Amino acid sequence: MHRNAKLALSVLAATSMVALAGCTAAGGNADGDSQSLKIVYQKTDSFTALDELFTKIKPEFEAANPGVTVELEPIQANDDDYSTKLALSQKSTETAPDVFYEDTFRLRSDIDAGYLLNIDDQLADWDEWAQFNEGAKAAGMGDDGSVYAVPLGTDTRGIWYSKPVFAAAGIELPWQPETWDDILTAARAIQETQPDVVPFNMYAGKGTGEGTVMQSFYELLYGTGDTLYNEDDQKWVVESQGFKDSLEFLETLYAEKLALDPSEALDPNVWKKVFGELFPQGKLGGTVEGSYTPSFWQTGGSYEWPAYTEDMAVATFPTQNGEEPGGVSMSGGWTLAVGAKTANADLAFDFLALAVSQENALWYAINNSQIAVRTDVASEPTYLAANPFVADVTELVDVTHYRPATSDYSKISAEVQAATEAVITGQMSVDEAAAAYDTAVEGIVGADKVTTK
Amino acid sequence: MTANTVSRPPRETVTGSGPSGSGPRRRPRGRTLTRVLPLAPAVVLLAIFLIGPVIWSFYGSFTDAALTGSSAQDPQWVGLDNYLTLFTDPVFPLSLWLTFVFVVASAIVGQNFLGLGIALLTNRASKVVSAVVGTAVVAAWVLPEIVAAFVAYAYFSEDGTLNQVLAAAGMTGPNWLYSFPMLSIILANAWRGTAFSMMVYRAALNDVPVEVTEAAMIDGADGIKRLTWITIPMIKNSIATNLMLITLQTLSVFTLIWVMTAGGPGNESTTLPIMAFQEAFKFGDIGYGTAIATVMLLIGAAFSLVYIRALRPEKV
Repeated sequence: MHRNAKLALSVLAATSMVALAGCTAAGGNADGDSQSLKIVYQKTDSFTALDELFTKIKPEFEAANPGVTVELEPIQANDDDYSTKLALSQKSTETAPDVFYEDTFRLRSDIDAGYLLNIDDQLADWDEWAQFNEGAKAAGMGDDGSVYAVPLGTDTRGIWYSKPVFAAAGIELPWQPETWDDILTAARAIQETQPDVVPFNMYAGKGTGEGTVMQSFYELLYGTGDTLYNEDDQKWVVESQGFKDSLEFLETLYAEKLALDPSEALDPNVWKKVFGELFPQGKLGGTVEGSYTPSFWQTGGSYEWPAYTEDMAVATFPTQNGEEPGGVSMSGGWTLAVGAKTANADLAFDFLALAVSQENALWYAINNSQIAVRTDVASEPTYLAANPFVADVTELVDVTHYRPATSDYSKISAEVQAATEAVITGQMSVDEAAAAYDTAVEGIVGADKVTTK
Repeated sequence: MTANTVSRPPRETVTGSGPSGSGPRRRPRGRTLTRVLPLAPAVVLLAIFLIGPVIWSFYGSFTDAALTGSSAQDPQWVGLDNYLTLFTDPVFPLSLWLTFVFVVASAIVGQNFLGLGIALLTNRASKVVSAVVGTAVVAAWVLPEIVAAFVAYAYFSEDGTLNQVLAAAGMTGPNWLYSFPMLSIILANAWRGTAFSMMVYRAALNDVPVEVTEAAMIDGADGIKRLTWITIPMIKNSIATNLMLITLQTLSVFTLIWVMTAGGPGNESTTLPIMAFQEAFKFGDIGYGTAIATVMLLIGAAFSLVYIRALRPEKV
């Protein structure tokens, strides 16, 4: 027994020392002068365009810059988890990326966190920057007026509907609802004629995350005359009638079973079902989705469906009672940025610039169904002919809105999502959910940062 | 004693009674020091990897540390703000209650009683039956947690195994994960964790001397009496240790719930670990998340104290 204890002790001591030595060895690996660039971006089973682009330009860049290695580090995760992993990697110099892919709505908050490098100097020497439209230039701008990120493209959102389903319900095509009630009328007509078809789905709940607000709630809210955020006063709007009306519309859709069953709607992967099963099988009348929709169905997409060009159509999402300007859309988009902790800022920027060059931006806009932000891409015939909907979705730019670009936004968005979930599951009434949202917003930003107008 | 230790190692491990080495002896001071010295690296490792994160988390709960925004760059000391927010957060009491229900139902009732029951039954069953049952139960336990979680998800989901079996019998099952989220995760956790209790109790039952049970039988005690008056008191220590371990394990179950329901629908299955994860990583509020983690740590510590108390009299 005594002998065994001694033996155990020495084994323990020896292994601990080895482990400790291992720690220091791992820590000593980071020498700053190595010429390597770490590129971090998102890759999912339905989003591979950026991975393909980077894989394509990696040898090109390495050949042009001898001695430089480009390390591609795709993160396989949904949008929320991607941004969490990215933020965690930013905490340490050893894991922080040199170039990374970032959603525009997280930019301000990440600039505040000091994760993004100010690239004003690099842009000043880059003649292609003039090719980007003004909106694109503003998209990557921080509160201080400096530019921190270069957009890869933008998007708009509208109603995508199935022509066969609408025709079978006796609805005249092309369909363009003028008010919210027009949507409900069409959906009820589909429900009556085709009981096994989901008439009109709109995302709700926390599962679909930012999709719930961008492709559903904000189209409603911004068509009521109310907004989420008062840009003039820089305050968040609470107690608005528009917020309640929007929740009520969702409640109606779900309560009358015009949308998916709440249990399916709360599944984070419900959008895959929408694109991959419901629309191609003619089991869904319509939904609100982004201009990138064709990227899923076109050749090489995750849910190839050649007939989409015939079966699908785009309509503008209407305002509540047909108020001016007669439609609502939301825009977002993703950018490329240089990490603030990079050791090779100029080299990193060169890689970024290559990724958004005219040729590469054109390829990306076509393959990921983006709305081009470079004027020399937007005028390319191949871009305009990429799919039959380019003109339709580009028109939506006229009625589009942007999310409030403040650092509190993502928390507020989460509260909106929670409110929609409470309403469609029947856990709260519309008034209760709106009141809970008001309380939560005040808790996040403080009483002096909210307004009732 | 030494012979006992060698012949019945399982009991030693599960009851946690330390190695019975030579008793306290006086040693020269220098000698003690040289003997303690080789332990230093182990102590350093423990400090870095176990105590370090706990202290960091405790410290973090008094700051507004975040994943993004200006406080990610420069976290500020906010005193008890996170705890005040937590205690007024309407989700917190719900989450606390759900955690309590989850621990009591899936661990203390589910895993513990199922484990004891299976151990008692297989103890008397034929070797073949005992081996087959044991393997089936342990199979759930040896699966990596993420795999077990997906298996449970596939079983309970709307068009999963359970509903297909029900459909074959002419019944339409509900969407279990949506309509009965707590029941689903409780059953899943009981399924996954029963093996541990079963193995602990099997080992403990092997230690109950056959003579004692036989003597009771001759005295005319029936099965239930032998169980309550002989077997249970004799494995009391194992029961307490097992309860402590499974309670602490179940308190921190995350993957299983996250995969199956992600805390939903609404907050209907948001236990404390889910709530802490959501606050810290989904909403980026690390300070608030660590405050919840600290509360969980205190709850775990309280449970441990209760069980350690329960263990004590036997030792003296």
